[in-house]
Amino acid sequence: MAVDNKVVEQVAHLARVQISADSVADYATDMSGVLELAAQMDQVDTSSVEPMAHPTHAVQRLRDDVVDEVNQRDAFQAIAPSVENGYYLVPPVIE
Amino acid sequence: MHKLTLAAMQRSLESGEFSSVELCQYLIERTKQHNETLNAFISITEEQALAKAKAADEKRSAGGTLGSLHGLPIAHKDIFCTAGVRTSCGSKMLESFVPPYNATVVEKLDSAGAISLGKTNMDEFAMGSSNENSFFGVVRNPWDTERVPGGSSGGSAAAVGGRLVPACTGTDTGGSIRQPAAFCGITGIKPTYGRVSRYGMIAFASSLDQGGPLAASAEDCAMLLNEMAGFDPRDSTSIDRDSEDYTATLNQPIKGMKIGLPKQYFEAGLDDSIAALLQQAIKELEHLGAEFVDIELRNQHLAVPAYYIVAPAECSSNLARFDGVRYGHRCEDPKDLEDLYKRSRAEGFGREVKRRILVGTYALSAGYYDAFYVKAQKIRSLISQDFSQAFADVDFILGPTTPSPAFKVGEKTSDPVAMYLNDIYTIPANLAGLPGISVPCGDVGGLPVGMQLVGNYFDEARLLNVAHQYQTVTDWHTRIPG
Repeated sequence: MAVDNKVVEQVAHLARVQISADSVADYATDMSGVLELAAQMDQVDTSSVEPMAHPTHAVQRLRDDVVDEVNQRDAFQAIAPSVENGYYLVPPVIE
Repeated sequence: MHKLTLAAMQRSLESGEFSSVELCQYLIERTKQHNETLNAFISITEEQALAKAKAADEKRSAGGTLGSLHGLPIAHKDIFCTAGVRTSCGSKMLESFVPPYNATVVEKLDSAGAISLGKTNMDEFAMGSSNENSFFGVVRNPWDTERVPGGSSGGSAAAVGGRLVPACTGTDTGGSIRQPAAFCGITGIKPTYGRVSRYGMIAFASSLDQGGPLAASAEDCAMLLNEMAGFDPRDSTSIDRDSEDYTATLNQPIKGMKIGLPKQYFEAGLDDSIAALLQQAIKELEHLGAEFVDIELRNQHLAVPAYYIVAPAECSSNLARFDGVRYGHRCEDPKDLEDLYKRSRAEGFGREVKRRILVGTYALSAGYYDAFYVKAQKIRSLISQDFSQAFADVDFILGPTTPSPAFKVGEKTSDPVAMYLNDIYTIPANLAGLPGISVPCGDVGGLPVGMQLVGNYFDEARLLNVAHQYQTVTDWHTRIPG
């Protein structure tokens, strides 16, 4: 399964990661290699196999509906790149 | 002093042969001296460590109850969040990230009295098998500094292998405790998925990640695992199960234990000299009373292909949190929000991380989800079923930890798939969620070799028991680099 430059660019956009123009082809080669490896899975017919999402088949544990976290906004915002009045700052999203 | 095991250090602290301050000071000096070559540590927390050691000594002389690791030096893989101490995960993305909280593992070892001397180097976000993917530089193998220590817990393995610290924490998603333990001549155990809390352990592939100890011996691993393991309500996949004393059963005889030898583990691809060492180890275990039978793990060869879809898929989802907004690296002068995301992530992540994010995003995208992700999860079922069938007949499965001893720095960096095949023997246990241990069983041309034992779910105590019994009749685990 070969991946071309266009696919790399599409996937990079979906993943919101910029890939420089001069390295797109390298990523295409690398991704093709990994997908070729993955294609070995097709040797086995799995039509009657259930997919396994969790190693011990655990079910989601529910906890009592009580408040057990304290507000740590100041501590969390102290490590943010840019904040103001308790808000995280990003470039304007509305023109 | 550095040649002592964790257990021996504990006895010396108890008898007053040396103090915790003396021990920590000595090891910190030794670490500083060797770290220039090995690059095993990203941060050395000298001041905090010595203050804690002083407090530990004072508490000891005051009398009273002490934690099981009181005053003993360790180090944490830089994937575990440490409040007030930079936690980089080997990435530029978290180059200056100082967590506001402790991982459960850190908290537990802390309250047992262990003293962390610092944070160890690792492949970026635990993605790698050689520790060549760290933003903080390549880690060197203490047995041969031209070679890799393995990965992703390469800093931890090199630190213990080089006897800078007696024990370290690590994490294992596809072999990241066992493979570097094998390359550095030490013992490392990946517990059953869910046994050690993942809270505060920076996520790579959540259904596979599991924390565990790396140390010189199985006994030392048991001491650390005693404190690391246990239910944690803050980890949604933590398993609620009584805690065990892994040190209590170390001396039990292993007579009559049945060990399976999977045909597929000894086929082509395995270095002949490693196969010969395993035969030797099998003989030693036979002398101890273990019985061996041939078994089949028919879908073993599909583990690596399935893993390199499942792990990148989970990684692409987990690493979406690094957006340049709340913490971590942010690019300069973003022109809009999309530019902020794209450039912060482009600058913050290294090549292997980006490669896996792209593969994972692709495998999860519309039109490919069934062909790759669901297919890989089905293969995962088959691999898990193979193990269940095997464990109906045997207590453990024995094989190599790695196909070859440590390779040279730079040898496999140009071919990601060749690098991925290093984990061929370790990945199946992660896919099934089973515990596995790597134990030193010899050397090839001066390079250590590891033997791997995989156990059934929650069989850590028996795994450590077998490993310890093996270590009472062999001395590979006591050897240190010249």
